[in-house]
Amino acid sequence: MALLLLAFFVVSCATPSLTRWMSTRVFYAISVLPFGAFAYTLTQTPTVTAGETITESIPWIPQLGIVLSFRVDTLAWVLALIVTGIGGLVLIYCARYFSRSEPGLGRFAALLLAFAGTMYGLVTADDIIVMFMFWEITSVLSYLLIGHYIDRKESRGAALQALLVTTFGGLVMLVGVVMISVQAGTTSLASIVDQGLDSPAATVAILLILVGALSKSAIVPFHFWLPAAMAAPTPVSAYLHAAAMVKAGIYLVGRLAPGYADAPGWRETLVVLGVWAMLVGAWRSLRQYDLKLVLAYGTVSQLGFLMVIVGFGGYEAGLAGAALLLAHACYKAALFLVVGIIDHRAGTRDWRKLSGIGRQSTVLAAISLIAVASMAGIPPLFGFVAKEAVFAAFLDAAQSGDGWGWVALIGTAVGSVLTVAYSMRFFWGAFGRRPGMEPTELHSDGWGILVAPATLAIITVVFGLGASLVDPFLAPYAETMPGPGDYHLALWHGFEPALAISAIVVILGVVMFVKRKSVARMQDAVSPMMDSSRGYWATVQFIDRLSARTTIFAQRGGLPQYLGTILVVYVLTLGAASLMNRTWPDSIRPWDYPEQVLIAVAIAIAAVMAGQAKQRMSAVLLVGTTGFGMVALFALHGAPDLALTQALVEMVTLVVFVLVLRRLPTRIAQRNKPVKRLVRATIGIAVGLIMAVVAVVALGARQAESIGKEWPRLAVEEAHGMNIVNVVLVDIRAWDTMGEISVLVVVATGIASLLFVTGRVGAIPRLQGSRQQRRGRNRRRVIVDPLAPGPEASSNRMSWLLAGRTLARGHRSVLLEVLVRLLFHPAILVSVYLLFAGHNAPGGGFAGGLLAGLALVARYLAGGRYELAEAIPVDAGKILGIGLILAVGSAIGSLVFGGAVLESAYFEADVPVLGHLSFGTSTIFDFGVYLVVVGLTLDILRSLGAEIDRQQEDADLSAEAQDDFSESEAAR
Amino acid sequence: MTASATLIILMAVLYAVGITVMLERSLTRVLIGFMLVGNATNLLILLVSGPSGSAPIVTGTATDESMADPVPQVLMLTAIVINFGITAFVLALIYRSWWLAQLGDQGDSVPDQHTEDTSAQTEATFDAVDLDDAAIQQVLADSDEHPDDDEKEPEKRS
Repeated sequence: MALLLLAFFVVSCATPSLTRWMSTRVFYAISVLPFGAFAYTLTQTPTVTAGETITESIPWIPQLGIVLSFRVDTLAWVLALIVTGIGGLVLIYCARYFSRSEPGLGRFAALLLAFAGTMYGLVTADDIIVMFMFWEITSVLSYLLIGHYIDRKESRGAALQALLVTTFGGLVMLVGVVMISVQAGTTSLASIVDQGLDSPAATVAILLILVGALSKSAIVPFHFWLPAAMAAPTPVSAYLHAAAMVKAGIYLVGRLAPGYADAPGWRETLVVLGVWAMLVGAWRSLRQYDLKLVLAYGTVSQLGFLMVIVGFGGYEAGLAGAALLLAHACYKAALFLVVGIIDHRAGTRDWRKLSGIGRQSTVLAAISLIAVASMAGIPPLFGFVAKEAVFAAFLDAAQSGDGWGWVALIGTAVGSVLTVAYSMRFFWGAFGRRPGMEPTELHSDGWGILVAPATLAIITVVFGLGASLVDPFLAPYAETMPGPGDYHLALWHGFEPALAISAIVVILGVVMFVKRKSVARMQDAVSPMMDSSRGYWATVQFIDRLSARTTIFAQRGGLPQYLGTILVVYVLTLGAASLMNRTWPDSIRPWDYPEQVLIAVAIAIAAVMAGQAKQRMSAVLLVGTTGFGMVALFALHGAPDLALTQALVEMVTLVVFVLVLRRLPTRIAQRNKPVKRLVRATIGIAVGLIMAVVAVVALGARQAESIGKEWPRLAVEEAHGMNIVNVVLVDIRAWDTMGEISVLVVVATGIASLLFVTGRVGAIPRLQGSRQQRRGRNRRRVIVDPLAPGPEASSNRMSWLLAGRTLARGHRSVLLEVLVRLLFHPAILVSVYLLFAGHNAPGGGFAGGLLAGLALVARYLAGGRYELAEAIPVDAGKILGIGLILAVGSAIGSLVFGGAVLESAYFEADVPVLGHLSFGTSTIFDFGVYLVVVGLTLDILRSLGAEIDRQQEDADLSAEAQDDFSESEAAR
Repeated sequence: MTASATLIILMAVLYAVGITVMLERSLTRVLIGFMLVGNATNLLILLVSGPSGSAPIVTGTATDESMADPVPQVLMLTAIVINFGITAFVLALIYRSWWLAQLGDQGDSVPDQHTEDTSAQTEATFDAVDLDDAAIQQVLADSDEHPDDDEKEPEKRS
């Protein structure tokens, strides 16, 4: 069974591509699958009839006890036959129903096939969670299938309505499903039914599951989605909304009935709502012009009927329910297919525009007559057999003193009268001749389309005539019901009360049809007491608008409000938590060392001033000051690596800031009201205070020794390094560093993609003929570069840098050029030294990379973007990539030698001059880090530096062009 | 454990100023606030990490005994570098938004997007869904029989 489901899935996925070359014939091809499932289910018949079950299970989520388990007993067997058999027939019908040019044909075929598979899974699944999954998939597929005509408003509206109603029911049901499986201690449906739990929690769970079943089967008050769903193509209506999906609710009720029919609330709910749905549906059906809607409301009515009998409980009701289920699937699907054919041939489904179709399409009329008669309960058809069994079951219950038996009997009898009336209306409307109307012109569409409805009609006749032979196949299900019973399905039971009821029902129905004018007038006079669809509409609109208002209230689309909300919640929760704190630190000393106070005061002043600065540059410089204050604190605390890295970072940050801010206005726009300023300050101060409390509490709460105590030994013995901080970064906790450099690569890529919107250039444009420029005597030659700005650039002044002359004279500084020329190479040397010395002394990949980055910054500042390109003629992306590859390579490399990921290996040797050296794979890792940092800096420079330069020049040029243009305009 | 009151107060000040600045509309101010909060957070790690001491570099001498705890230092080193990356990224964002939105002299301050929204705009959002719903209601209503209409002439109705 699992294999079949897999086949359904695979073929569905392939169907759209198949449709491309098979067109509508694809339906024949894919119908093989449901027919195959049908045949497979038939092979299970002997086992099932013997009262045994076929099971299959594959472990899936053992932690939750969820198993992909399937179990076929009589009920599952009947439904599996229905869904696969009718599924196959409907697919064959589709091949003729759709034209080759139908848009979205491939999608439709795939969805319909997938639906057949899902339905098969739903009825055979034994695990209630798996069953629920299939249940929800049918809702989604139904949404997609109803909305097949995506360009029609009513299609979309109907699809959404069906989806919302059925998934609402599904959600409620999910709660019930979880509750009942917890109560039962198993997810197996069979075991849940066997246990027949009667705890209050189980009762609530069962009622919640009923909500799902009722919404799926379109029972009042959820019934309104089904008529609306008729906006779908007719095959969908025939399959989903008559034979299969709406039967899922009936199936679930039928599945649970043997164990839970006596649960409090079960029978009351089902009888009342079922009868109500039967009456409302039939009542509305009696007044439809649209033939499809006659059937749709009729289906609501019949589903109500089914709900009452299937949920009633007891041997006879079980047998009658199974029979009616089968009968309904056959005649209702056939009728829908007939409507589809009429629509196809006549171009309308409004019976006021149809006349004399019965004379022209006799076969079609004959098929319909059989199906309609079966629906109305006329002998010798299967519908009659089933309906009589139902009446007999209710009568039996009523006579044995069950009050609900009377309610069900009278309710369904009245409903059946209406059913007879609308059945006749349907047949008369579709095939009758209207006096004074020309016979409707029909298009011919061949006999192939008749195969599916004819097959169903034949089954209806055969099962009716051979009712006694059908009986033993359905009886095993009835036997699972509690209580004895000796009823058997048969065409002729003798003159019994049930026969009398059937006869009276038919007579009254005929009378109602004959007097249809007066009935219609009466209907018009009685205004609908409750219209669920209006209720649904109002609810949905209310929820839509409520959510919109809530969203607009809570999310105004401004960062300050969001941050403020988060921070206020933060302060309140942490404040409340700290009030309950009982562990405070032993003591607080005023300072660690006297200099600390001086530094702290300096940082605090700088921070407060930064907060108030109106000019961008001064704010940035002041923040930089706090950063350098941190450097001092780190240095005095005993953290030379931190001090070094922070100092380098502060310098680079400052430059990057300046690079960007030169384009923005110097003053920071201030448009806040003073009130808001007060609120902001309050939040800020509150956060500051709470953080102070947090720090104190954290100090007091600390109990364990630092793991750092072990690190000195580990660093020396295992990692051959003296500088613990660096060893931790590249060895002990190298995984963290790996994550960190990945973040840096992402950041670099992000910055580049934010700036290079017009297409990422591989490298910054280089000087023309720059190879020659490297030779000393060519330094004096004027560079002719079309991109270089301004005539001043062609000055023949000696340049200290390769691209010095590309800058305008006003931008050049000889002092800077000389300094950069002198310092660049030593700086790179020192950075490499830091990289390699880092293992034993302050330094390492981060610090080294930042220093190299700073050297590049200097080149850029002195010589502009061409100078940067000359300094590093390699794409930043490549540097980042090589860095990452080195780091990952050294990480994976140890795997080759049988070590763990990132485990280091060391080579030691005595080298002349340098002395004893120890070189580890962790150094390679650190070199990767170095390259990533250099790459990041380079990416920042070429994006925020070079690219902004270029954009500025573009803007200036176009502005000049604009000026020239307006001047020449003025001159004219 | 004990800690230095100076550092606690300094950290509180940095947080207070940083958060206050961060809550403004100008993106540059947000970034400045972010950097101050970043420093404050490093300070938080520093002050809960225990007393100062000698650098965590093994020398094999007596100073190893008074070594500062290396664990928080590693955390802070990582934080410093990541802070730098994020700062650069936000700067790129600031420039980009200024350039794209043509904010000009307004700099980089951004208004709240939905403050000016009216209820009519909210209604309009649901128009499409409402129309779909109304369409299917209409289809269903059209099919209802009203016997006083002349049912022999359906053309007039439709």
